[in-house]
Amino acid sequence: MTLANLTPAHPEPPPLALPHPLALGRAGLSGFPSPAQDYEGRTLDLNERLVKRPSSTFFMSVTGDSMERLGIHEGDLLLVDRSLEPRPGHILVALVEGEITVKRYELRGKVPCLCSGNPRYAPIPLVDIECQVWGVVRAVIHEYPV
Amino acid sequence: MSMIGLIDCNSFYVSCERVFKPRLCGFPVGVMSNNDGCVISLSDELKAFGIKLGAPAFKLQPLVRSGQIHLLSSNYELYGDMSQRVQAVLEEFSPAVEPYSIDEMFVRFDGFAHEALLEHARQLRQKVRQFTGIPVCVGVAPTRTLAKLANRAAKKLPVYQGVCILHAGSAETRHLLQNTALGDVWGVGRRLVERLALMGIKSAWELAQANPKEIRRHFSITLERTAQELRGVPCIEMSDLDEARRHIMTSRSFGKLTDNLDEIREAIRQYGQRSAERLRRQNGLAKAVLVFLKTNPHRQDLLPHSPSLVLELPRPTADSREILHAAGNALERIYRKGHLYQKGGVMLLDLIDADRQQLSLLDTPQSDAERQRSQKLMDVMDDLNRKMGRDTVKLGMPTPGAAWHLRCAHHSDRSTTRWDELPKARAL
Repeated sequence: MTLANLTPAHPEPPPLALPHPLALGRAGLSGFPSPAQDYEGRTLDLNERLVKRPSSTFFMSVTGDSMERLGIHEGDLLLVDRSLEPRPGHILVALVEGEITVKRYELRGKVPCLCSGNPRYAPIPLVDIECQVWGVVRAVIHEYPV
Repeated sequence: MSMIGLIDCNSFYVSCERVFKPRLCGFPVGVMSNNDGCVISLSDELKAFGIKLGAPAFKLQPLVRSGQIHLLSSNYELYGDMSQRVQAVLEEFSPAVEPYSIDEMFVRFDGFAHEALLEHARQLRQKVRQFTGIPVCVGVAPTRTLAKLANRAAKKLPVYQGVCILHAGSAETRHLLQNTALGDVWGVGRRLVERLALMGIKSAWELAQANPKEIRRHFSITLERTAQELRGVPCIEMSDLDEARRHIMTSRSFGKLTDNLDEIREAIRQYGQRSAERLRRQNGLAKAVLVFLKTNPHRQDLLPHSPSLVLELPRPTADSREILHAAGNALERIYRKGHLYQKGGVMLLDLIDADRQQLSLLDTPQSDAERQRSQKLMDVMDDLNRKMGRDTVKLGMPTPGAAWHLRCAHHSDRSTTRWDELPKARAL
């Protein structure tokens, strides 16, 4: 056992139904492969769909209501990917006055701004994009009480 | 040209905290060891206060109270996850990555021209920073020992901007070696520094120039290799490093199937104690503890559950108290009620030689006084147990949720591994 095998301390690793590799061609001697073989063992996995790059993907939860008009509610789960380059129209997690804040990246005229979904909050001009952007929100998960 | 890069995370624990607490950026921040004993990771701003690695936390309380500095309890779950992420990013952009410690990784850079190599190393540094938020420095050289030095230069000398490439025999390399104290060379511990000084060898350059045969005769083949590596001749492979990483395992059957946590805890405590004794006998230090439990595989009528967990120790140690503490924590987290366990064990991992412990390398040292105290206590304990019979002196186990937890009062959220501790994004 070396440090190479050190895994992060996960007492109960989250059960991830990782996509199974296609098990092509069985032993080869037993004749034609079954046409169903390609479809064996596949499951739909939300991680596969939403987490494109695990190393740069972080989850956050939302507090506050300023983004409701953009479909982001208090308590929602944000999937934030730090590897994406921010483009206007993206929902961003950005640092505003040192706080982690969720905003929409917009161009107002030619000035790049961080805007919220609520007119009560004035747009904040983006001065230093490197410093201010924490990551790009790739998806929002809203769970309903059931 | 075959080159090896060492990627080293800057003030790793502090940097992990800052990713999720951006307010801490630019502020003097330190992370404390388990039990909030001493400071084991410092931001540059904290170093500028004159505070050193290993400073006892209680002495800094006045600065904390007056709001001048900020100290946090350690959050290994977070650091472990961030370390994996850094490694994953490196793997995405390089063919061979070998993790060396929680915050250091070796990367192969083969077949680059110098300019392309520099560009690649800069890219790598930028990608890690962007994807994970962790700032790193990159040192590249023909050997691991030189890569380590290059990394140190990249970190300390602003002119390198975080990336330093050293070629064997270049004037730059020579200059750096001449200005490097022996104690800052990878694998040269305090005792060696003293003995080498007697031979008139004081700088890394002098060691590189020394006659290899003499070095081997007076010291060891290990030091000869270090000297060769300083000249740019690769001698140390990852497998050599593995050699020093034997492990010590104590595992037994519980004697009956049990789901009683108290009984299991008692057993794990004993196994841990036994392993720690063996570790001290071979004068080693462990960097991590693995605890495992097994149900009876032949009883198909019972639910199988065979969990295991590795916890990194806050610093390399042979102190039973620290080892048992980690083992206890690991057990609490893998144990699941309702399973009948048959067997369990404690393995000490990632062992290093106590004499070769090099503080600058290991990042999380014990102060000298503390180390001596701990060693004395352990010596007395081992002595009594040897003379008066096993388990004459035993260590109690800290009760979960008791004093220890209270003393980790400044524990930050496990932002990447717990649903209920996710960072909050404000929509305000």
